[in-house]
Amino acid sequence: MSGVITPRGASRTLLSINSLLVFLFFYAPIILLIIFSFSDNRNVGVWGGFTLDWYGEFADSQPTRKALWNSIQIAVASTIVSVVLGTLGALALERFTFRGKQVFDALLYLPIIIPDVTMAVMMLLFFAELAGVLGLSKGFATITLSHIAFSISFVSVVVRARIAGMDERLEEAAMDLYASRWQAFRYVTLPLIMPGILGGGLLALTLSLDDVVITQFVAGPGWTTLPVFVFGLIRKGVTPLINAVSVVMLLASMALVALSLFVQRVRTTDSA
Amino acid sequence: MTAAVEIAGITKRFGEVVAVDNIDLQIDDGEFFAMLGPSGCGKTTTLRMIAGLEFPTEGSLKIFGNEVGTLPPNKRPVNTVFQNYALFPHMSVRDNVSFGLRMQGTTKSEANRRAGELIELVQLTGLESRKPGQLSGGQQQRVALARALVNKPKVLLLDEPLGALDLKLRQEMQNELKSLQRELGVSFVFVTHDQEEALTMSDRIAVMDKGKLLQVGTAEELYERPLNRFVADFIGQTNLLDATVADDDMIVLGNGTKIKAPNPHSPGTKVAMSLRPEAIEIGRRGDVPADHVATSLNGVVSAMNYLGHSLVYQVKIDWIDLEVRTDPVASEDRLGPGDDVSIWWDRTADWVVPDE
Amino acid sequence: MSIIEQTVDEPIDGLVATPEFEAANEAQQRRRGFLMALPAFAYLILFFAVPLVIVIVYSFATRNRFGGTDLNGWNLESYRGLGDDLVRQILVRSVVLAAITTVICLLIAYPFAYYMSTRRPAVRNLMLVGVMIPFWTNFLVRNYAWYVILGTDGPFSQVTEFVGIGETRLLFTQTAVVMGLVYGFLPFMILPLYAAIERIDGRLLEASRDLYANGFQSFRHVLLPLSMPGVIAGSILVFIPSLGAYVTPEILGGAKTTLLGSYIVTQFLSARNMPFGASLSTVLMIVMLTATLVYFRKGGRTL
Repeated sequence: MSGVITPRGASRTLLSINSLLVFLFFYAPIILLIIFSFSDNRNVGVWGGFTLDWYGEFADSQPTRKALWNSIQIAVASTIVSVVLGTLGALALERFTFRGKQVFDALLYLPIIIPDVTMAVMMLLFFAELAGVLGLSKGFATITLSHIAFSISFVSVVVRARIAGMDERLEEAAMDLYASRWQAFRYVTLPLIMPGILGGGLLALTLSLDDVVITQFVAGPGWTTLPVFVFGLIRKGVTPLINAVSVVMLLASMALVALSLFVQRVRTTDSA
Repeated sequence: MTAAVEIAGITKRFGEVVAVDNIDLQIDDGEFFAMLGPSGCGKTTTLRMIAGLEFPTEGSLKIFGNEVGTLPPNKRPVNTVFQNYALFPHMSVRDNVSFGLRMQGTTKSEANRRAGELIELVQLTGLESRKPGQLSGGQQQRVALARALVNKPKVLLLDEPLGALDLKLRQEMQNELKSLQRELGVSFVFVTHDQEEALTMSDRIAVMDKGKLLQVGTAEELYERPLNRFVADFIGQTNLLDATVADDDMIVLGNGTKIKAPNPHSPGTKVAMSLRPEAIEIGRRGDVPADHVATSLNGVVSAMNYLGHSLVYQVKIDWIDLEVRTDPVASEDRLGPGDDVSIWWDRTADWVVPDE
Repeated sequence: MSIIEQTVDEPIDGLVATPEFEAANEAQQRRRGFLMALPAFAYLILFFAVPLVIVIVYSFATRNRFGGTDLNGWNLESYRGLGDDLVRQILVRSVVLAAITTVICLLIAYPFAYYMSTRRPAVRNLMLVGVMIPFWTNFLVRNYAWYVILGTDGPFSQVTEFVGIGETRLLFTQTAVVMGLVYGFLPFMILPLYAAIERIDGRLLEASRDLYANGFQSFRHVLLPLSMPGVIAGSILVFIPSLGAYVTPEILGGAKTTLLGSYIVTQFLSARNMPFGASLSTVLMIVMLTATLVYFRKGGRTL
């Protein structure tokens, strides 16, 4: 049963039309973009017959491929680190009390609510001041470190929600049944919070693959990610190559959504 | 014979709150023992301390003579049936039941074999591969039992084991638990807030309130001879009349009426007299039998309810309403609201407890 | 009974519990928690808190002649720059555009979220997935899609021409920026609104109708106040990123529509006035923190 009473008559019609328009608004641009990526016309928004040329150009473009490969490396590296740190942090916050807990909790929230631009400025100045001290040159290291800095928070929020929904007594039951602390974690806690960890990891992956602003500020010459590379191309002058690259990025996003929905499905059937 | 569980001077504080206040308790081997009290009385904390899920702030806790107060739960020969069962949702029934054996290093095939025996014992054969989410509440309860019992615990702890079941299933499980306990001969210690459940199932009952252990005894002892006002009030229904002790055979009620009531308290002690509603006789004013005059009071009926198996009168005695329960057949002459009445009772029916 | 029998195990040894043992055990638990939090905690201090402090320090510093930054001699010079006419214009424009974006999102999302919460669970979940997909889709790509649509001779212009409004040139205008922002952040409005409306007990609305409220009155006096946490959460989630938006105005906006986000970036990447850029970032951050704190004070629990 739905919680709210069902509207009737004219208001119901209006509401359903509104919803239809919202979905049209959401999906028409995406579908049009996909269509135009096959268009044989240098003007990106005008149909000029079917072609696969732009995808061919993408495959042949050395800098595009390099940027794509960079993006993947950074996304994977930052996801792994942020999943480990974020999960440990989530467990600490949900299961323990310790000195500095409130400060940690607040600090963990900040990267989520701080505007991209501000965070970009923060990382730029930080690496400008400390690059010498840390021995880092702008590129893979600076981008990955920055991505981890915001991903930890998102991972921990997702994992925390999962831990909060888990009955604490399951761990006690495991210990009561002769499991050591580690065994209780390994055989009970970990499998039960795994959907949260996977969900958090997918979110971290998506955020890393999405980011333009922060990456642009900490990327070095000749070392950039695909979104920043594409963003640069758009500002230099649009070519249909961008349509093709965009569709590839779009498909990557879709694959991640599908995965995360699948994970969520596992989540709901598990707790049933 | 060593006691299964021996608690001496156990206190548990959570910050400022004293959850369990210096209790002493012995639970015998093979006993069905209940801990009863309102929520927050410390019964669950006590159970969790026996299980090792909380460490006492101080005091001695022995299981079959061995001090275990500082041992973690996985080092104690006791197992627990948790409230709402806490079954592992991601494991099959078989894996749930064999979990404890596996953690102790039993081989997988041996653990599964023993799990199979326990699953048979609790009559769940055929459901081994199901997940807990696919079982009914009653079946989950049995899995929880099997999961704990497969480890051959020296004491089985049960935290509100029947609380999640509906009434009919609860009564069925009460009988099953009781016969299972008899069959196995292992001590069962269970925590409940439901006095009827405690009275019907257990050999002995400990009544707790506000962290204190108020009385330990059989159902009959608690009902007939409560040690204090709380137990008298909590176990069954009763009328409590405030009074002061006059001498060892007489108390004075709040309105000055003297009542014959043998008691061990020194004169001047504030007490309460407990009168069970079914122990009171009622009749028209002045109908009191001569030998009951010293244990009678006058009042006015303020309400009468017919409950089929009994008639319940509310009788106003000066300053307090008393409940009187009579057999509807015996009282042909029905009294109604406004009637002047007398009530009386046998000398052995009243029971004086210290006030607080 | 053969399955369960009392076995005589080797004696187990524990100690009598004492307050000291209890305290030591609790201290060990705290230490355990602290150690688990430590990696993330240390990481965030080094790579988030320290950078944050650096930005604030920079905002009080002086720009030297070579475009570098002189950290000695603290002053409020760069904050005074906020009063500059051009800067004020940009600030006002950013706030206005972010506010318009928020209001449009609210007007679209509220009926949508309400309608969604009245559907059958199966339909509801499908609609939720339909909202989640754009939410997860690459933000740059979604903005770029609007570049393609709004471009000269692009699909949008062709549609308007076809229906007789004539050719439209929306690209590089403020309208395009608002369209892009609404497109980008609408899911942030829908999700908290839906979460808030879905929780409301439908019987409350029935009760209000029973008490002679008409449809609008029951919306105004029952549904809206009860869903207020969702309205506030959604508004913050749309307003804050809109205010600091950089990608959208860069792609869809033109030279005349510089917004705060782009202006800050300019200070660092081309104008080389880092102290001023830092002070603008600090202001943006303070607005964000204030909004969030107000939200939590008003009883909001999660963003």
